[in-house]
Amino acid sequence: MSLDKKSVKKVASLARIRMNDDELELISPKLANIIGFIEQLAEVNTDNVEPLANVVDITPDLRADIVNDGNCEDKVLANAPEETQGYFVVPNAIEEKK
Amino acid sequence: MTKLTNLTISEALKGLENKDFTAVELTQAHIDVMAQHKGLNAFITETPELALEQAKSSDKRRSERNAGALDGIPLAIKDLFCTNNVQTTAASRILDGFIPKYESTVTQKLFDDGIVMLGKTNLDEFAMGSSNTTSYYGNVINPWKRNNDDTELTPGGSSGGSAAAVAAQLCMGATGTDTGGSIRQPAAFCGISGIKPTYGRCSRWGTIAFASSLDQAGTFARNVKDSALLLQSMAGYDAKDSTSANKVVPDFAAALTGDIKGKVIGIPKEYRIDGTPKEIIDLWEKGIEWLKAAGAEIIEVSLPHTKYALATYYVIAPAEASSNLARYDGVKFGYRADEGNLTDMYELTRAQGFGEEVKRRIMIGTYALSSGYYDAYYIKAQKVRRLISQDFMNVFEKCDALLTPTAPSAAFAIGENEDDPIKMYLNDVFTVPASLAGLPAMSVPAGLDKQGLPLGLHIIGKPWDEETVLKVSGVIEDSAQFKNTPKIIKKD
Repeated sequence: MSLDKKSVKKVASLARIRMNDDELELISPKLANIIGFIEQLAEVNTDNVEPLANVVDITPDLRADIVNDGNCEDKVLANAPEETQGYFVVPNAIEEKK
Repeated sequence: MTKLTNLTISEALKGLENKDFTAVELTQAHIDVMAQHKGLNAFITETPELALEQAKSSDKRRSERNAGALDGIPLAIKDLFCTNNVQTTAASRILDGFIPKYESTVTQKLFDDGIVMLGKTNLDEFAMGSSNTTSYYGNVINPWKRNNDDTELTPGGSSGGSAAAVAAQLCMGATGTDTGGSIRQPAAFCGISGIKPTYGRCSRWGTIAFASSLDQAGTFARNVKDSALLLQSMAGYDAKDSTSANKVVPDFAAALTGDIKGKVIGIPKEYRIDGTPKEIIDLWEKGIEWLKAAGAEIIEVSLPHTKYALATYYVIAPAEASSNLARYDGVKFGYRADEGNLTDMYELTRAQGFGEEVKRRIMIGTYALSSGYYDAYYIKAQKVRRLISQDFMNVFEKCDALLTPTAPSAAFAIGENEDDPIKMYLNDVFTVPASLAGLPAMSVPAGLDKQGLPLGLHIIGKPWDEETVLKVSGVIEDSAQFKNTPKIIKKD
């Protein structure tokens, strides 16, 4: 298992968590330790075993496609950092064309 | 007269009905005790005014003969359940300022039955931890202390605030959530009862997600009957959660007959883990004797994939967490680090908003789900999860429930096990397998260790058979006669 500082830096960037060199230095051995621990799964024979995603045998019900709420603009916007005329005001989250 | 805070829920319901006291008096008594024990840091948000208002309405309902099943009972709510108009934090800085405009299904059901909410309890950040030391709002202190030793101990985690609050009699019961042991381990550390029902029994709607295929709401109470009463209120189908089970909820309290004659109880041999303290093994043996004496048949069973459960859990839970927590980006709600370009804003918001343990788990999950590793870690873990689940199904052909210890130690000191995440993860060695299999399981206090700290026994049942779990737990409770409370509790 190679979970060096460089790969940890890549994972941090994929996870959108900023980490400086000192933090990377600190977290890398801990992550490597955990990954080392979970690697014991490799020794289990799982030939012909289907992955288990949901433990309970429930087929979700489909609900009728009808509007069942609405008219709650105030509630929707209550936690907005800023709002105007019924809209969230947020930083530009769509990248501009280069 | 007994102090109102010493009562169990069922005693309090009787007292309210007999007009021995009012819901306002009962609530005020708990608010007073909360004020005396702020040092435990069990609550993130206290809501005394709201509680008294709710208690007043409860008294009115009762005088109009219109009281619900839990009317007037003061409870604490883990701060992972969204509560309408009351700050909800998940013990994370990233939810700074978040005040939900809706009510989680579980808390709504409790309110429909008339409960009074005293406040929102502290927890490990996003329920990730086994010691309640990862909260942005500080550590919770276990009300129990070792004999002749003032060291502050952890209440366990992640539902540490709920467990400490119930044990210290700041509330009559509390909600919790359990992903890998977050109800059962703190219940054991604090000397109270805690049940996690079958995955799908309680709706997850409005409960802040950690690992969606494992998260399940449950209860803390000071005895098994109170646990049954609380679970009764919380359980049931909810169209808003696609994994909620459309099944009839049985009368849980009615299952507490004490009659386990002819029940077969399995003792999984793989749970005899090297290094488990002798006192815990001895208590387990005692539990076996109690069940035998009550007429149960005891058999040894094998769950061969037990040793892989923790590794499986520490792939699946972080993977789901990394996906669930992707929503916290600083854009539409919660904490935002307002600097630099868009990527800077995302990365700094998450760097400053999440604590260390949460970052660690998000990164493990991101790694396990990243291209090139997805099959080797995530799919592999899901396959082993099936084997673990099948192990349980195989033994449940021969037995009705399993008996194990709840945790491999009593409550440890705050700061212990912090250096090594794996050591901390080992706390959940007995609770994680049942979580992976979605099974109902309960911890009941069964004795004290030689340091004077409570130890729990753990009963695991078949899917949807909370009744047997409660019934067997009730027999353990009757046999153990565990009446000890932390020294800080005043009896009169």
